[in-house]
Amino acid sequence: MSEIIGIVVISMGVAFDLFGCIGLVRLPDIYNRLQGATKCVTLGTCLILLGVLIHSGGAMGAKALLCAIFILLTSPTGAHALARGAHKSGVKLWEGSVMDKYADDKEGELDR
Amino acid sequence: MAETAYKATHRVRNFFYLFFILLIIWLALTSNFHWQELSVGVLVSLVISLILNKNYLGLGFPPFSIKRIAFFIIYIVVLFKEIIKANFDVAYRVIHPKMPIKPGIVVIKTTLKQDIAKLILANSITLTPGTFTLDILGDTLLIHWINVKSENVDEATKIIGEKFEKYLRVIFA
Repeated sequence: MSEIIGIVVISMGVAFDLFGCIGLVRLPDIYNRLQGATKCVTLGTCLILLGVLIHSGGAMGAKALLCAIFILLTSPTGAHALARGAHKSGVKLWEGSVMDKYADDKEGELDR
Repeated sequence: MAETAYKATHRVRNFFYLFFILLIIWLALTSNFHWQELSVGVLVSLVISLILNKNYLGLGFPPFSIKRIAFFIIYIVVLFKEIIKANFDVAYRVIHPKMPIKPGIVVIKTTLKQDIAKLILANSITLTPGTFTLDILGDTLLIHWINVKSENVDEATKIIGEKFEKYLRVIFA
């Protein structure tokens, strides 16, 4: 029984990973692509690891859970660093974007 | 005098947090409760947390209490609900043939003081529907929003940050 549930959860994770990768190809600029990459791929990978936990349990499951927690902590941080670096080095937003408060802040009024 | 006492209590607190986190990671990695494994884990965690506890003073960990733990568990449940919502949201936008996106960078304000609280808030915002944190400047968070609903600072704060901030304010009060 736990084997079947584990395989179902792993399949869901793979599906979310697939959506994330489609987003990476289809979305227009780096910021939107990071949206797809952080959200879908994080949950997809965590679901795969959760599936491993349900499927095997025990020692391997504990390690899988630890890996899931590390991914949940590091994936947003990495995305933030990439986006901030891109913006600082002058990567433009997609032309369909409605506003950019970060670039308006040339005088540094938002600074501390 | 008061400052040294404050620093000493913070160092003791950080020492215990660090020790238990390291011990839990050790137990999860070894998955073995034999006394030899346990004693090595306790020894290594003890040494590392004795050396490194002063490095995390700036983060401002709050004191331990049952209420904080309870709210933290509720917070984790809320966060997971939001993560699953976020995934269906992004998946819908990606698969939809017209791609209904309206991206932009908005500004929100936070009332949280400690660095660790701001870190948790920023990371949670990154994992929730259509938003991710670009930068934190003092009490201002710059958010890239895939579907801008409001350009007003207060309204954006209410939509994006409020659902997490009300729990974090209790935890880091």
